[in-house]
Amino acid sequence: MNFYDIIFYIFAAITLLSALFVVTTRNIVHSAFYLLFTFFGVAGIYVLLGADFIAISQILIYVGGILILLLFGVMLTNKITNVEIRTGTVHMLPAAIASGIFMGAVVAVMVWTEWKSEPSVTPLTTTKDIGHLLLTDYVLIFELLGILLLVALIGAASIARRDKE
Amino acid sequence: MLQVGLTHFLIVSAILFSLGIYGIVTRKNAVMVLMGIELVLNSANINFIAFSKYGNFGLSGQVIALFVIILAAAEAAIALAIVLNIYKTFSNVNVDEIDHLKE
Repeated sequence: MNFYDIIFYIFAAITLLSALFVVTTRNIVHSAFYLLFTFFGVAGIYVLLGADFIAISQILIYVGGILILLLFGVMLTNKITNVEIRTGTVHMLPAAIASGIFMGAVVAVMVWTEWKSEPSVTPLTTTKDIGHLLLTDYVLIFELLGILLLVALIGAASIARRDKE
Repeated sequence: MLQVGLTHFLIVSAILFSLGIYGIVTRKNAVMVLMGIELVLNSANINFIAFSKYGNFGLSGQVIALFVIILAAAEAAIALAIVLNIYKTFSNVNVDEIDHLKE
């Protein structure tokens, strides 16, 4: 058990424990803050897998963008008197049983399958190669995603605007 | 077994996926459902990047993970705009009570 393994177990524990709190705590604001730790843990796992650029994008976009957006969503859709904003829950027991069975089945498959694993020698920095791939092999998807982001921007603004009285 | 390999990353991703599904199914508040969706997308990304490293496919998995992050950002923006509109119309965002498209 070397240093790499210890770091992996620490990040996995952070990710899974905070994800558990995200889906079990009843206070929405607390959930949003636990989600912060989940995103950081996942970014750490990306770094361990040699994906430095994706890890930075994860922190910038998820923590800096999506999480702030979710917090705005929480704040704007509740009558705020204090930070105790609670959410109701439905079907707790059936959902726990079903997702538990699903988790067991998938983990069993993952453990028993003989993966043909040959770890690639990852380059020290991946940014240059990712940029190269984006403008050669994946240039069509890259352009389409640019259009999609523009459409999403206009669509979100037009859906959320106030009607003129 | 303690030596970290591909299987460990896949197991973390599978557990994260199940937790996300549990959150999507049990939560009433629409914003909490969105948080569950984010967990599911993150677990898919871990799988993409793990296979990208251990399967020796070059960096394609990482590029696809980047695309998934971009799609998640677009999805969150649109979904929150819809949630705000629902709140304006119905004064709550509980997904089990909203069964009309308009009042």
